[in-house]
Amino acid sequence: MNIRESLIAFIVLGICLIWAFADGPAAQQGIGSALRLMTPLLLACLAGLYSERAGVFDIGLEGKMLMAAFTAASVAYITGSAWLGLAAGIGGSLALSLIHGLASITFMGNQLISGVAINFLASGLTVLIGQNAFGLGGRTPSLTGAGRFQPITLPFAAELREVPVLGPIYSGLISGQTILVYVAFAMVPITWWVLFRTRFGLRLRAVGENPASVDTAGVSVTRLRYTAVAICGILCGIAGAYLATGLSAGFVKEMTAGRGFIALAALIFAKWRPWQALFATFLFGLLESIANLYPNLDLGIITVPSMFMNALPYILTVIILAGFVGRAIPPRAGGQPYVKER
Amino acid sequence: MDKMPKWADVILTPLISLILAMGISALVILAIGESPWMALKTMVEGALGSSYGWGFTLYYATNFIFTGLAVAVAYHASLFNIGGEGQAAMGGLGVALVLLYLPLPHWGLALPAAMIGAALFGAAWAFIPALLQAKRGSHIVITTIMFNFIAAAVLNYVLVNLLRPTGSMDPATARFPAETNLPALTDIAAGFGMVWGRNTPANVTFLVALAACFLVWVLIWRTRLGYQIRALGKSEPGAIYAGINPVRITIIAMMISGGLAGMMAINNVMGEAGRLVLNAVEGAGFIGIAVALMGRNHPFGILLAALLFGFLYQGGGELALWTSIPRELIVVIQALVILFTGALDNMVRMPLERAFLAMRRNRGAAK
Repeated sequence: MNIRESLIAFIVLGICLIWAFADGPAAQQGIGSALRLMTPLLLACLAGLYSERAGVFDIGLEGKMLMAAFTAASVAYITGSAWLGLAAGIGGSLALSLIHGLASITFMGNQLISGVAINFLASGLTVLIGQNAFGLGGRTPSLTGAGRFQPITLPFAAELREVPVLGPIYSGLISGQTILVYVAFAMVPITWWVLFRTRFGLRLRAVGENPASVDTAGVSVTRLRYTAVAICGILCGIAGAYLATGLSAGFVKEMTAGRGFIALAALIFAKWRPWQALFATFLFGLLESIANLYPNLDLGIITVPSMFMNALPYILTVIILAGFVGRAIPPRAGGQPYVKER
Repeated sequence: MDKMPKWADVILTPLISLILAMGISALVILAIGESPWMALKTMVEGALGSSYGWGFTLYYATNFIFTGLAVAVAYHASLFNIGGEGQAAMGGLGVALVLLYLPLPHWGLALPAAMIGAALFGAAWAFIPALLQAKRGSHIVITTIMFNFIAAAVLNYVLVNLLRPTGSMDPATARFPAETNLPALTDIAAGFGMVWGRNTPANVTFLVALAACFLVWVLIWRTRLGYQIRALGKSEPGAIYAGINPVRITIIAMMISGGLAGMMAINNVMGEAGRLVLNAVEGAGFIGIAVALMGRNHPFGILLAALLFGFLYQGGGELALWTSIPRELIVVIQALVILFTGALDNMVRMPLERAFLAMRRNRGAAK
């Protein structure tokens, strides 16, 4: 981490500390909710990380998550099993990934346009099928019991509650999350290891920087990129399934609400690196959590209107993109289809 | 040597893509247990079967012409403007401010004033992403998406806290003065002694949109600025070598694009609603992307594509009214059109090119 990043980390930590000091238990709840809210962002951000590191830009993260949320909620409702819902969510998201791969790898089309189309497709299909299947205006019926991922209490959570400082953090924040939250957090070191410590990761990064070199080495660019796009689909699928079966109890029209784009912003913020992605998505989760808890934030001198709080992640993204928080350089071959010399 | 004749590239490829998109849409309709044929009949009758249907079709088409032109102008500079939605929303704010705070005695004065307001606000909203793209290299796709969200928040704030008349619960402005109401196409037809399109929102803005098509054509293919925009779009190093300032052209192209998107507001805000409401744009900014892609970024193509999408939109409304197929079918069709004409067009073009090459070889062999 460079000085700038440390400075931002310091500021975010400061916000948390001041909040905890001023609000006590409310702040703990708020940070807990930030963890839950950042989970789909983190998964989608890592999804984008694989795809874009392999040189395939993906602004369809939003659509994939939405589709996954819908298929996960529908199947979880019909079968009563959140796990089958998760599998269906991954399937739904993978189907869209395949379309994206077809358009941007096989047919060398414009990756941005393909992403836009995928977002529309998901937004239309989910409501169309949902209305047709359940007749609730695009919603799925509410999920109960095993149809949802339930919080897991980690061992000794109750016993350790009394330990100062660490006790409440362990029992209140770390314990009591759903399994997908732990999966998301585990994906960070896994992604780091895969990308920077395996041969596959090396090739994946190379194909995003200089596909011709990978091709020269006799490794299939097409196959590597499809693999990356598929991993992206799986992670978006988990993210969507978490939205519909973990965070809330069922699918609601347009429930991703721009999270895919926030995840993209976090990806740029993190400069396409996994640990920084964890940090960037926490920041966005924290902002969302604060906006939920304090619709009109009273800072004493001025009252910040709720619309500003809701727009803050987007404004922050623009500021980040403007390069005021350090320059983010995307993978060099990103966005371009690879054309083998003929 | 061209691989295939121009007409095949401009007409045949999009046509086949469109047919593919429609074919899959038909499968989707079949999959949800409805008859595609009945759906098509309902749509055609509802959108084109009466002057009432046509009135709505033209009204929607007017929106899509503006947003389609907006996307196209930016695209010629190889900028992908996804921010039409936010720019049109801000254009609506411009229209509302002009009409609410300037005393304009007649629509003939109000229309140009509102056009300026709409274009200025739309262009201003495109300016920041343009500046960031030109000066700092931040990706315009992401910034314009973010500006859509920010525009929604700004509008929400302005409508709830600033422009809402006292005593009203509705997050909307007061009605615009009656003398600024634009004449509907019905009134114009009545002027010629015809009964046409009664109770439809189609208004004189449609004629403005036609004029805009022509002016954009002049701009892109008949002016120096248009040449510079296209040169930059084709090759940035080439443009710099030719003495074109990429920062300047990027910003100008995006501001024209934003201005065009903003002008959409004179149709929906001034012409139809007569006041500014939340979410007045209703996704027309995004449909502009599909319209521009279908129309191959040419104003005439955009006019045709906008009419097609106007038909789809009005037909989709009729479907939702008379059958159990929800409106969202239109979003799916739109997605498929974007997918096939935009992202997957090589899927159609590559076999076509091969076919034309084979034909030419046969002819050569016969000689």
